[in-house]
Amino acid sequence: MADTTTTLVEPTRRDFLYIATGAVAAVGAATLVWPFVQSLTPDAATVAAGAPVEVDLTPIADGQIVKVFWRGKLIFIRNRTPAEIKAAEDVNIATLRDPQADSARVKPGHAKWLIVYGNCTHLGCVPLGHQGEYEGWFCPCHGSIFDTSGRVRGGPAPTNLPVPPYAFTTDTKIVIGQEVTA
Amino acid sequence: MMKRTLLIAAAVLGLSASAASAAEAPIPPQLKWSFHGPFGTFDRAQLQRGFKVYREVCASCHGLSYIAFRNLEEPGGPEFSAAQVRALAAEYTVRDGPNDAGDMFDRPGRAADRFPSPFANENAAAAANGGKAPPDLSLMAKARTYERGFPWFVIDMFTQFAETGPDYVSAILHGYKDPPAGFTVPPGGHYNEYFPGHIIAMPKPLSDGQVEYPKLEDGKPQVPETVDQYARDVTAFLMWTAEPHLEARKRLGLQVILFLILLSGLLYFTKKKIWARVGHSDVASQS
Amino acid sequence: MSQHPSTYIPKSALGKWFESRLPIAGLVHSSFIAFPVPRNLNYFWTFGAILVFMLISQIVTGVFLAMFYAPNAALAFQSVEHIMRDVHYGWLLRYLHANGASMFFVAVYIHIFRGLYYGSYKAPREVLWILGVVIYGLMMATAFMGYVLPWGQMSYWGATVITNILAAIPVIGDTIQSLLWGGYSVGNPTLNRFFSIHYLLPFMIFGVVILHVWALHVPGQNNPTGVPIKSGKDAIPFTPYATIKDIFATVVFLIFFAYFVFYIPNFMGHADNYVPANPSVTPSHIVPEWYFLPFYAILRAIPDKLGGVIAMFASIAVLAFVPWLDTSRVRSTAYRPLYKQFFWILVADAILLGWLGAKPPEGWYVIVSQIATAYYFIHFLVILPLLGFIERPLPLPNSILESVLGAKKGGSGMPAGANAEPQIKG
Repeated sequence: MADTTTTLVEPTRRDFLYIATGAVAAVGAATLVWPFVQSLTPDAATVAAGAPVEVDLTPIADGQIVKVFWRGKLIFIRNRTPAEIKAAEDVNIATLRDPQADSARVKPGHAKWLIVYGNCTHLGCVPLGHQGEYEGWFCPCHGSIFDTSGRVRGGPAPTNLPVPPYAFTTDTKIVIGQEVTA
Repeated sequence: MMKRTLLIAAAVLGLSASAASAAEAPIPPQLKWSFHGPFGTFDRAQLQRGFKVYREVCASCHGLSYIAFRNLEEPGGPEFSAAQVRALAAEYTVRDGPNDAGDMFDRPGRAADRFPSPFANENAAAAANGGKAPPDLSLMAKARTYERGFPWFVIDMFTQFAETGPDYVSAILHGYKDPPAGFTVPPGGHYNEYFPGHIIAMPKPLSDGQVEYPKLEDGKPQVPETVDQYARDVTAFLMWTAEPHLEARKRLGLQVILFLILLSGLLYFTKKKIWARVGHSDVASQS
Repeated sequence: MSQHPSTYIPKSALGKWFESRLPIAGLVHSSFIAFPVPRNLNYFWTFGAILVFMLISQIVTGVFLAMFYAPNAALAFQSVEHIMRDVHYGWLLRYLHANGASMFFVAVYIHIFRGLYYGSYKAPREVLWILGVVIYGLMMATAFMGYVLPWGQMSYWGATVITNILAAIPVIGDTIQSLLWGGYSVGNPTLNRFFSIHYLLPFMIFGVVILHVWALHVPGQNNPTGVPIKSGKDAIPFTPYATIKDIFATVVFLIFFAYFVFYIPNFMGHADNYVPANPSVTPSHIVPEWYFLPFYAILRAIPDKLGGVIAMFASIAVLAFVPWLDTSRVRSTAYRPLYKQFFWILVADAILLGWLGAKPPEGWYVIVSQIATAYYFIHFLVILPLLGFIERPLPLPNSILESVLGAKKGGSGMPAGANAEPQIKG
């Protein structure tokens, strides 16, 4: 090691200097990571393009499911038949894997319209409509089954298909991406 | 300041008049810009006025295609309010589509849209403007310059003079004058003091009183409604469109450089301390 | 810390287990910790570390930029503006990368001229030097292709001019050109392949840098006296001495780098490159980046297309032969009073050529370019070989230690003849 005299004369000052330098350098190195990580977050154009989108419901026939995109994510808009609504409402919630009443998944007075994200909550495949045991959706990738309310009823999916933020501006128009109409 | 600029401009004009036939354009006068130097920032009011000039004068021919309406409300720019930007965007018609029927359709602009170009494409722009398409202005303040020459380019490194582009752009805007005797301007061309070769396709765009500026309480405009002022304001605005993160850049730069000076100071003493061990012959004998 | 470069012995059982299978810790220890470094190195010797830092910086910022950049003629310019405007800190990444290229060359030129001044190319370091010339060539290719990527006016026309230079090569020139273009002019295929190669070359540089460092660690570092390490007293261990000095110098260099990035980020660039590429309009002055200017001046000094190309490539290639062109038995220019003057004339000549490279090729600029070009070659081909025979070098110190400690004690007292001799062996 270094000669003992120097170490004895001023041990604290040297230690302090080394620690301070090392600490400042470490802070600098850690801060340097920040802009690089930040650059990977959704850029300003992508964020701005995620503005709410308006969808006209009039062309959607009874029983039909249409696909729209908001922020690049797939969304199902399902015009449910009375039978489908009844099937969704008559379920004993306690038996569900992810218990949720059908009324909590639609807007009051608009039970006809089910609007859910279109990617399976298991690993993100797109489930097929009007298929599976409950005639809701059936995911072809790993066999998850959803009912006419988009709730998981079988297979590996852990949760129901989530409902995106949206609001009715008129009886036949919705805005996806904002909860409350302006 | 104004006076000095005018004096320089006059001197330059005087000089160039003697050599008017030379292809070399005179050096644009050096203006004082709020965004110059390490602490430079944009003047919000100036950017807002500049945007008004762009919108009412330049926009009929020149696009601003890299700028989105939302940029106008972002920090470091003109900082219009979100409501102002939404209202402004809605005044523009944006081509979108195809819709479900496969048709393109027009809709009101949104904050996320970019400024629509005044012409469908470059050929249309050229055809409508006597064969020469008016260039997009988004990057104009960085895309133009003039030669500084030795030793100025070395001095500029230290003074951080990086405003040759804005000086040039604003000089062009007030550089229209009658050609000197014996100088023939071809049809479709216009004489401009500061344009290389002096023949510019763009007709004189600005005149005094053309754009109405926001009024102060006593009813007088914020700043004079003159060509000189318009040129400065719209140039400052174009500097922002060319370098929208200029303020953030300079702010971060100060922090980074102060940090590096601190770190290098500490490293200097650490180095000295460590090297003290080899500085003396007694220590050297260990090795 | 061990005082002598010793074999590394891992402390832990896991360390021993690993070391017996892959002795990488021992390699690092002997190369960057215990490695003996001459004790008299000055700050010009820190540029090697600075260059390693710059290479890593360029690779890291480049990898991130490539995540956003679109190598397509229709999208490239727009994607760069997207980086500058919308990507968070995208402007910082791009300015770091663009100015980083300039900083890389600033550092490499200091590094090269340091090597020339202190005779670091001489035996036994010829391979080390030649690997350095290879790195420099790869750097120039990388920088040139990188400048094409933003697809502005200077990108496009720079690519056009340089690929036309290659067409001057007899017989195979046209083939090379069309292989680079992938079309009948510079276009989208050109941009695509330039991007691919621009991404590849830095990793090749990295590989050659490893060889360069390896070739350095065999004979050890040169030093300002040129006298080799003769005993342990002449040397100090790399860590902590050289390490802390390199880190300090790198941070100081970073201040210089940051000044450009944050305050004058477009100083080294060209305004024309903010105009999208337009094959029908050539900018009034086509000027390469500053670090190519001396070679551009040499290219234009020769009034013949092929001759200019040969002169340009020769001006780089001649560097590889310097170890044999220099006939002097003394390494360091500090002890070569005559050569010292010629060295500084060469520096001035290179700067003059750089300045001329930015001027239009007309009038007296051409004549001065020709004189400066001629001098450049005369320096390497005539002055360097002759001077070794003519010059009478100053007395050398007996050892590094003596030069450090004994400016008064030892330096003057030594018989001159005795000093000059022993070091040629080293």
